[in-house]
Amino acid sequence: MTLDEFKTQCAALAAEAPARVDAAASLDDWTAVRNDLVGRAAGRLTAIMSTLGTLPPEARREAGQLANAVKVEIERLLDARRDALAAAAPSGPRLDRTMPARAAWRGARHPVTLVIDEICGIFRELGFTIALGPEAEHEWYNFGALNFPDDHPAMDMHDTLYLGEGALLRTHTSPVQVRTMQAYPPPIRVLAPGNVYRRDFFDATHAPAFAQLEGLAVDEGISFVDLKATLNEFARRFYGGTRRTRFGPSFFPFTEPSAQMDVEIDLGDGRGTRWVEILGCGMVHPAVLESAGLDSTKYTGWAFGMGPGRIAMSRHGLPDIRLLYDSDVRFLEQFAE
Amino acid sequence: MNASYDWLSAFVAHGRTPEQLGELIGRHVATLDGIERLRADLVPFVVGRVVETEKIPETKLSFNKVDDGSGTLLEVVCGAPNVTAGKVYPFARTGTLMPAGITIEKRKIRGFTSNGMLCSARELGLGTEHDGILELDTDAAPGTPLLDVLPIGDVRLEIDVLANRPDLLSHRGMAREVAVLTGAPLRTPAELGAPLAGAATVVGAAHATSGAVQVRVDDLDGCPAYMAVAIRGVTVGPSPDWLARRVESVVGRSINNVVDATNYLLHGYGQPMHAFDLGTLAQQTIIVRKAKPGEAIVTLDGVTRTLTPSMTVIADGARAVAVAGVMGGRDSEVTAATTDILLEVAYFAPRGVRATRRALGLNTDASYRYERGTDPRALEETLRIAASLIVAVAGGRVDGAPIHVGRAADAFAAPAVPLSRARLRTVLGTDVPPADVQRRLGSIGFSVRGTDDGWQATPPSWRVDVSRDVDLIEDVARLIGYDALPDELRPQRPGTVPDHPLHVTAQRVRDALVGAGLLEARPSPFVKGSDETHVRVANPLADDEPHLRTSLLETLARRAEYNLTRKQRAVRLFEIGSAFAKASGVLPKEEVRVGVLLMGARRPVHFTEPAPPDVDAWDAKAVGELVAAAGFPGARVKLEAADTGEPDGVLWRIVVEGTPRGVVRTVALDAPVWAASAFGVELTLGVLPSAFVADKGTHAHAEERTPPKRHFVQYAPLPVMEAAQFDLALLVADEMPAAEVERVIRRNSGDLLESLLLFDEFRGTGVPAGKRSLAWRLTFRHPERTLRDKEIDGRRSQLLKTLEKELGVIPRST
Repeated sequence: MTLDEFKTQCAALAAEAPARVDAAASLDDWTAVRNDLVGRAAGRLTAIMSTLGTLPPEARREAGQLANAVKVEIERLLDARRDALAAAAPSGPRLDRTMPARAAWRGARHPVTLVIDEICGIFRELGFTIALGPEAEHEWYNFGALNFPDDHPAMDMHDTLYLGEGALLRTHTSPVQVRTMQAYPPPIRVLAPGNVYRRDFFDATHAPAFAQLEGLAVDEGISFVDLKATLNEFARRFYGGTRRTRFGPSFFPFTEPSAQMDVEIDLGDGRGTRWVEILGCGMVHPAVLESAGLDSTKYTGWAFGMGPGRIAMSRHGLPDIRLLYDSDVRFLEQFAE
Repeated sequence: MNASYDWLSAFVAHGRTPEQLGELIGRHVATLDGIERLRADLVPFVVGRVVETEKIPETKLSFNKVDDGSGTLLEVVCGAPNVTAGKVYPFARTGTLMPAGITIEKRKIRGFTSNGMLCSARELGLGTEHDGILELDTDAAPGTPLLDVLPIGDVRLEIDVLANRPDLLSHRGMAREVAVLTGAPLRTPAELGAPLAGAATVVGAAHATSGAVQVRVDDLDGCPAYMAVAIRGVTVGPSPDWLARRVESVVGRSINNVVDATNYLLHGYGQPMHAFDLGTLAQQTIIVRKAKPGEAIVTLDGVTRTLTPSMTVIADGARAVAVAGVMGGRDSEVTAATTDILLEVAYFAPRGVRATRRALGLNTDASYRYERGTDPRALEETLRIAASLIVAVAGGRVDGAPIHVGRAADAFAAPAVPLSRARLRTVLGTDVPPADVQRRLGSIGFSVRGTDDGWQATPPSWRVDVSRDVDLIEDVARLIGYDALPDELRPQRPGTVPDHPLHVTAQRVRDALVGAGLLEARPSPFVKGSDETHVRVANPLADDEPHLRTSLLETLARRAEYNLTRKQRAVRLFEIGSAFAKASGVLPKEEVRVGVLLMGARRPVHFTEPAPPDVDAWDAKAVGELVAAAGFPGARVKLEAADTGEPDGVLWRIVVEGTPRGVVRTVALDAPVWAASAFGVELTLGVLPSAFVADKGTHAHAEERTPPKRHFVQYAPLPVMEAAQFDLALLVADEMPAAEVERVIRRNSGDLLESLLLFDEFRGTGVPAGKRSLAWRLTFRHPERTLRDKEIDGRRSQLLKTLEKELGVIPRST
């Protein structure tokens, strides 16, 4: 083939192409036209270009450029036509887009876990890490190390499930305080979430096993002001910045001074507000520091404890705590992510 | 404790409303649980004055004009005989809800309109008197709320007094704090006369006699101090209204004048007190001693109680007449026939009372206070107040001097507690003016002395909770008010404690399972197991679930059954929690595990798949691999096929770095016929060590801690050459494991085998019985050149030969 013949063929194709492309009335037509003109397998341009090798070497460059220009032009026409056809084509019968997406089971964190994770997240931002301890615990860690006098009425607040002599199911997460202080030197800033046990029968508001969350900060010079400021900062992030808090007297054998923190909860619907106790707290009792072998004249600390289950019940409007334990899939699915 | 607003007000003229008083107490003293108006139902009633009255002829009715303070005289028809013009009565306007439940409405009676009702005592729920309407003895203007003129409008403050402050378990104790907080002085209620004066107390170390009465204390450990006085000639009967009202405001029921008087001292002053019928006491003698073996007593509640020699009793010359500090005996109870009484106050040792009431299972107002600690120096004062009160309300006369046996009041002095200014500043984080500290502690009864660096404060006898400097700091802080302390974020040092690795692991596993569409459960871990295999709770809540689970699947199985009873067929639960195994030490071995239970549809219904298949063993195996990968990232994990016929339906063992750590198995459920098969996955994430970190009172800070082992993915170069593939469809006997075939394929494929994928299993047409067709896709790749067809074909035929020779496995004919 000569260069002239090659040019002629290209020109013929270029001249014919606009009418052919315009004539395509559907996407199927369009596909056929495209395959005929520029298809890789049987396209006419492809056939023309396959003759490049038969041209004299000095003509190939010019011929190649020409063929490529024709290809670019035809593809431009094809793209425009396809867009026009696609815009005009009614797609309804093929894909009824009102029908539901393919379904997959959705997973969910337990509502109590959601609360724990949120609280841990906030205290993480404030520089706390997570500590854990066993649920089956030595009596000493649960009571003795925490300054509970032997056989004292303070124990009545902890109706205990015993496993044997000196062994029990921990009644609070506070044993983790002592374990942590024994294992790591101050400064300590930890949060200890976990399950605790009381000898309470299941009813609408009680359960024999429930989640608790403990916080502990120990260092030189830690004061009640640090306790207040940190817990207030937590409350601002957890409940929203405008929520008021207050601190009142309380009693725990392992803190002195002891306090409770209340948050003002909006009842909604213009029904005003109500103060709700959300946590107990206080300065770590020097006897507790001494239990862990720390010098109580050098170190001070503060601690708090709260119940994520109660918060979950109040924020989700749960009328009965047993919903949290029954594990009804229809309940858990309501918290799907 | 329930505190009566009126009673508190009798002790201190605080000038606060119930709400303000509650707020003050809640901010500075103890938690306020609630405020309850005892007769909230009487709030709408007002004082009404009858201006004119005339009889309606031929009836018992009268037609009245009543002034209710509204400015308009109301026409009211009344059926009572005692309506008198000019007098004032309780009046219910129309719309008022009566205590009996009916609402007063405007109505016509005999042609007269009635706009309200004049009320009798019974109609107001104030007694049974219904002979006429209740005439009020008041100068209050018409329209005044009835509760302002009748002494029945008391308000109950429900205060949560915690175990360290027994001094707050009485109206005087609470009033002491209110007095300090308001600046109003503490006073003796006007209703009480002067305390018993006269004869000086007869004091004895272990025994004493006064008149005909003898007291001897043999058990000075259980009863360090005991006082008594005889009152003769009393008339037991109803209490005067004021006394009945006080007692009813907190206890609920007035009993008789003598018992009410002792209850007045208990709730008013915090001193439990007992009155014996002196006529029933053998030889008019009191002996405080340990109970004798097998000794029994019928207590006031009518129950016969067998005592043990560890218990302290009050006895007369013959037998036990009271369980010390807990409850009196029925035989010596004050009755309507009683004329002579012996009045007792004592200081019983808190531990002894606690042990006794626990052993007897008998919690009383007295034991509650004694076991927390009463004021040992208040005996004389309260006994003299009680004696004069009883004489005032029940008559009679005090016979002889009071007796005091045991330690003298002064012997109960508490040691002084030092507090330094530096310590106060460190703990509170702010400065308190020294004069403020001294004044505040002094105001609540401490005797405070300045020292070089701070103070020495001696607690008052009623403050049993103060022994260290921080106790003093708490008193200073709460009296100032915690809310008045600064709220200021200050510099802090980061901590030394890394996240607990099991927490990190648990979070990762939870994320993976939630992402895989599973629902997290947090069930209670109590199960019915067996004492051989399970840890038993010594004092379980319920006999049907006395054990701790050894496996999370035990509890998940019960939760699955719960869902089945609620017609939920697709159950996909998981839990991360502790399992407990019996161990030789004090505590069980506690492992943190993840458990998963799967049953029912693999996916929800979609129109492209109207009947999704149920989950099967392969789904469970996939979850097993998922939790292992999430729990042990980077570790070598293998799911080893368990031998058939394993107990507990184990299908696979999850082996991590060569150690079996979990299982995938079938789960047997108590299930209805429509339920699908249930599969379980359980993997141990780690052990929660429960041994002592260090000895009591010491730490282990110097101990080396090995950081958790890290696994980093090692990069493999990306392929640059084309791969070559072929498939092998082989007839494999049912009993021959696929892994066996794979092993032969791998061993004979050389280094260039890049992947071996089992992609089909088929039984049926063309496949002989007892066999199945398994199809693998083999991918080969050379790192530096394209493989030639001939090489691949060669491998293929070589492999087939070897498979036939070694395993007798031949290709499925096509």
